[in-house]
Amino acid sequence: MSNKLFFSLVCSAVACITYIHGVDTDVAAFQEHGDEYDRADIERGAQLYDEFCSNCHGSEGDGVGNVNLKGGQFRHASTDQNFRRILTRGIPGTAMPPGDYADSDLVAIVAYVRTMRDYDGGVVTLGNANRGEVLFEGKGDCTSCHRVAGNGSRLGPDLTSIGAIRGAGSMRATLLDPTGAMLPSNRSMRAVKTDGEVISGRRLNEDTYTVQILDDQERLVSLEKSELQELTVIQQSPMPSYADTLNEEELADLLAYLVTLKGF
Amino acid sequence: MPRHRILFVSLVCLLPAWSFGQVSEERLVNAAQEPQNWLTYSGTYASQRHSTLSQIDQANVSDLEMKWVFQSRTSHHFQATPLVVDGVMYVTQPPNDVVALDAETGRVFWVYEHVPSPDARPCCGFSNRGLAIQGDTLLMGTIDAMVVAVDAKSGGPLWKTQVADPSYGYAITHAPLVVKDKVIVGMAGGDMGIRGFIAAYQVNTGEEAWRFYTIPAPGEPGHETWESCGPEMEHCDPEAWKTGGAAVWLTGSYDPETNLTFWGVGNPGPDYAYYQRPGDNLYASSVVALDADSGKLSWHFQFTPGDRYDYDAVQIPVLVDLDVNGTVVKAMLWANRNGFFYVLDRVTGRFLTGNPFVRINWASGLDDSGGPIQTPQGPGVPTYPGKQGGTNWYSPSYSPRTELMYFSTWEGYATVFDSAPVEYTPGQLFTGSRNRSPVKGVPEPPAVGRGHINTWTEEVGHGSVLAFNPVTGDKVWQWETYDVMNSGILTTATDLLFVGGREGYFQALNARNGELLWRAVTGGNTLAAPITYETDGEQFVAIASGHSLFVFGLRN
Repeated sequence: MSNKLFFSLVCSAVACITYIHGVDTDVAAFQEHGDEYDRADIERGAQLYDEFCSNCHGSEGDGVGNVNLKGGQFRHASTDQNFRRILTRGIPGTAMPPGDYADSDLVAIVAYVRTMRDYDGGVVTLGNANRGEVLFEGKGDCTSCHRVAGNGSRLGPDLTSIGAIRGAGSMRATLLDPTGAMLPSNRSMRAVKTDGEVISGRRLNEDTYTVQILDDQERLVSLEKSELQELTVIQQSPMPSYADTLNEEELADLLAYLVTLKGF
Repeated sequence: MPRHRILFVSLVCLLPAWSFGQVSEERLVNAAQEPQNWLTYSGTYASQRHSTLSQIDQANVSDLEMKWVFQSRTSHHFQATPLVVDGVMYVTQPPNDVVALDAETGRVFWVYEHVPSPDARPCCGFSNRGLAIQGDTLLMGTIDAMVVAVDAKSGGPLWKTQVADPSYGYAITHAPLVVKDKVIVGMAGGDMGIRGFIAAYQVNTGEEAWRFYTIPAPGEPGHETWESCGPEMEHCDPEAWKTGGAAVWLTGSYDPETNLTFWGVGNPGPDYAYYQRPGDNLYASSVVALDADSGKLSWHFQFTPGDRYDYDAVQIPVLVDLDVNGTVVKAMLWANRNGFFYVLDRVTGRFLTGNPFVRINWASGLDDSGGPIQTPQGPGVPTYPGKQGGTNWYSPSYSPRTELMYFSTWEGYATVFDSAPVEYTPGQLFTGSRNRSPVKGVPEPPAVGRGHINTWTEEVGHGSVLAFNPVTGDKVWQWETYDVMNSGILTTATDLLFVGGREGYFQALNARNGELLWRAVTGGNTLAAPITYETDGEQFVAIASGHSLFVFGLRN
């Protein structure tokens, strides 16, 4: 079975399950792993992660280059068994040290890391993913700013993998209060060059001398700060709140669709 | 064999001896007088990192160009500061290779490889910051807690001494310091529950000459600062001193006049679960002054008693004879990770002055003896500076011309400190951390590196190079960077200041006002410190950045 086909089946299954049960679990986003990892292990793993892992990997799991534990981006730990082996033996030739963990601690750390993107979730109701997809492209008008699997605008963050990066709880918070829940990494920027040209867009990267932007014409632009007369980081999200646009059922449907977006 | 051929062969045999000159005790003491070389980790025993070379100046610094690059064969952080001895550069490639290169061209003479034991348990990566040299002997500490002597001519090993058991987290990451006939090293592993020490080994044999434990044993002065546990003291460990950390992981300094060697000592352990180790926890988060011959303690000064923030005291002791209103003060300058800039009397250890250089709320100030008036913040409240401190181990520089101290800082940076009791397990991290970023959804800057993308540091702080007047306690100028700063600093006789950064740039500033004069792209995070040297009449500036060593010189 190809990965893509398998993935589609999983997504369909998840959508189906969420439709049948109208998921209202303790943390709905545990749906993917809830049957794999014990909640007590996850909580114990969170403590162990803070103690042993966060010094290098950071509290968000993205402290090491090319590794995003929260986003499921691993270089070596393709299976839980591999993951436990890495925790025990380390990764030779890298800064990842070996660790002498009890078996129960290994299970706990793996349980937490595999579910850490959902760990901040609250009680979230998921609806029907198929209806959510229709809302995404229709009433919600999400594709005017966002892109999924190559379709839609690039002005906002690409949501192709949003279900693998963020939990349902945090996505619901964004839908209701886009500015309050906006990550600093998604802030937009307005730059005015010395000749008066105005460039606006999403800030992709910044350093002391330069800033890199995806502008509102969807061009990648790199600017020298010394050639700007104005540079403003906009902390107000351009995304509208859906608190008054979508009712609770529609929000649940949209979230159900978003959590299925796990990338390729 | 004809006589002239014998003479020729003899001369050829002698040539390497000329080009690989012996580094005597006298040369090390007077290292400042041969600025064409860089003979110790910090340039000289006083650790000022100031060079009297002047070919590169304010007018021509913009003509600097890259002369050569040495690409390391490793994915570990390249933190090493090279030595340069008579045209030959010696640098370590992590974890523990020694490389000898032509300092003018970057061509490699030889590589010595030390393969660390798989038992090594370094807390924070396979780091190595460099070498020491005496005679023709290069000295290196290893990640598996050995001191290794290597022949500077051939790259062959001379001896290896196992200093401690690496499976318990003992490691050596700093460049050793050679004083007279001894090589001095300290033990890293302060986050692993070690009992730290500084030790000296005979350069010729590797035999241990003395050892100073940075945590006094029962009956020794200072042990009382590892207080006993009362019945109501939950989680208190009555044997805390045995696993109390107090690591030493940065090269010390040496004052030939007093024969004292000075070393910064790291945090007590567990780092954050301070209730497991009540008391001031000497000599953690202190500077110790030791007799270089015997290792006996002359004096100590503790910057952060009972340190609960991992503030360490692992900085380079900078020795300066300050002119204070016409009086010469034999001073030690110390920009501490805890956010205060200290001036101590290096002969007696007496506190002279202390001033904050970044935002601080863990203490409201210093008392008359230099002790902090601690103001621990409540649960969930950000503490300034955060756990990486207002500065850290990045080498500072002092310019006798400007009479200013220069160091890299993390400005406006905080941590929400939190802890959990932790049980000691040999070879495992022993920190008790549940710390977090003060900004929800925004990670703290990682200690030693980051990815290519930076969209968040304005939320959690930024970096700067700070020029600080040690006499008045004033900030003279500040040059800000968008990311936080890990780079060491070099100043020169032409009032140039060289510094790297985490953003992949290498810069030259005007040391008098912080004006940016030149920059180059290295593309990597700079965790090391720049050096300058001269060979064949040409001045070079070298910096390790990312996984490579870059060398710059003036356009011909």
